[in-house]
Amino acid sequence: MANLAKREHRGEITQAEPVRTVTYSPRVDVVETADELTLYADLPGVRPEDVDIRFENGELTIHGKVTPRPTTGEFLLQEYGVGDFYRTFTISEEIDSDKITAELKQGVLILHLPKREAVKPKRITVKTA
Amino acid sequence: MARLSWEPFTELWREMENFRRQMDRLFERWGWEGFPMRWPTLTAAYPPINVWEDENNVYAEAELPGMGLEDLEIYVTGRNQLSIKGERKSPQVDKGTWLRQERPFGSFHRIVTLPVDVEADKVEARLENGVLTIVMPKCQEARPRKITVKAG
Repeated sequence: MANLAKREHRGEITQAEPVRTVTYSPRVDVVETADELTLYADLPGVRPEDVDIRFENGELTIHGKVTPRPTTGEFLLQEYGVGDFYRTFTISEEIDSDKITAELKQGVLILHLPKREAVKPKRITVKTA
Repeated sequence: MARLSWEPFTELWREMENFRRQMDRLFERWGWEGFPMRWPTLTAAYPPINVWEDENNVYAEAELPGMGLEDLEIYVTGRNQLSIKGERKSPQVDKGTWLRQERPFGSFHRIVTLPVDVEADKVEARLENGVLTIVMPKCQEARPRKITVKAG
C-alpha cells in the first residue's frame, strides 16, 4: 500500500525519454469548451523559462526541467522524489497550433489549445443506380 | 469531442480507478461523507513531505503547485509537531467538459512529528514555483555538542 501511494502522487514514472535522472509524469486536468482545450499541469519546482512545449502532428509534449534542490544532511522522511516532468498526449481534435498559448504560475502550467475553425460537414449524395 | 490517449498507462489508470471506486463505496457505507479530497488522499497523506536534517536545522519540503503562502497555515506546536494546513482550490471553469481530472483539490491538514525539538519562533517558510520549503532551527540542546577532551 505504501508503495502504491508513493507512486500515485505523481502518476507513473515514464520511461519514454532517458533524461539525466528520474522523470515524472505530471498530473493534469483537461477541460474542453467549444473553442479550445485547456490543459492544467502541476509542475512544481519548474521555472517558466524551463518548460518546453511542443505540438506536432497532433502530439503534444510537455517537458519541464526542475531546478535542482540540493539537500544537506540526512533524510528523515522521504515521501516523494524530485525530477523533471515529461508527458506526451495525442490529441485528435484539430488544433490551431499558431494560436497555442501557455503560462506557468506557482508551478502550474496552463495551456490553451484553440480549436481550428470547424470544417464544415459535407453532404454526400448517394446516387441511385 | 476530443480524444486524448494516455498510453501506455490506460490500463494502470483503469486499475487505479477501480480501486478508487471500491474505496469510495467503502467510505459511503461507513457514512464518511464530505471527505474533502479526491482519491489521491484516500491512499496517501497530502501533501507528501520530505524531511531532512543537518547539524543546525531540520528542513521540510512539500510540493503545493498553484498555492500561495497566504493559502497556507504553517506552525510548530509542542516544539516538535510541524503542522501544514491549507486548501487547494480547483480552477474556475464556468463552461466546458472535464476530459481529465488528476490533480488533487480540497482542504488538507498534515502533522509531522519531528525527531528533535526546534525553535518554533524561528521557523522560516518560503514558497517558490509551487515548492514549499520550511527551515526549522534546532533547539540548542538538540544540536551536536563538541566535547573537548582534556588531557589528563
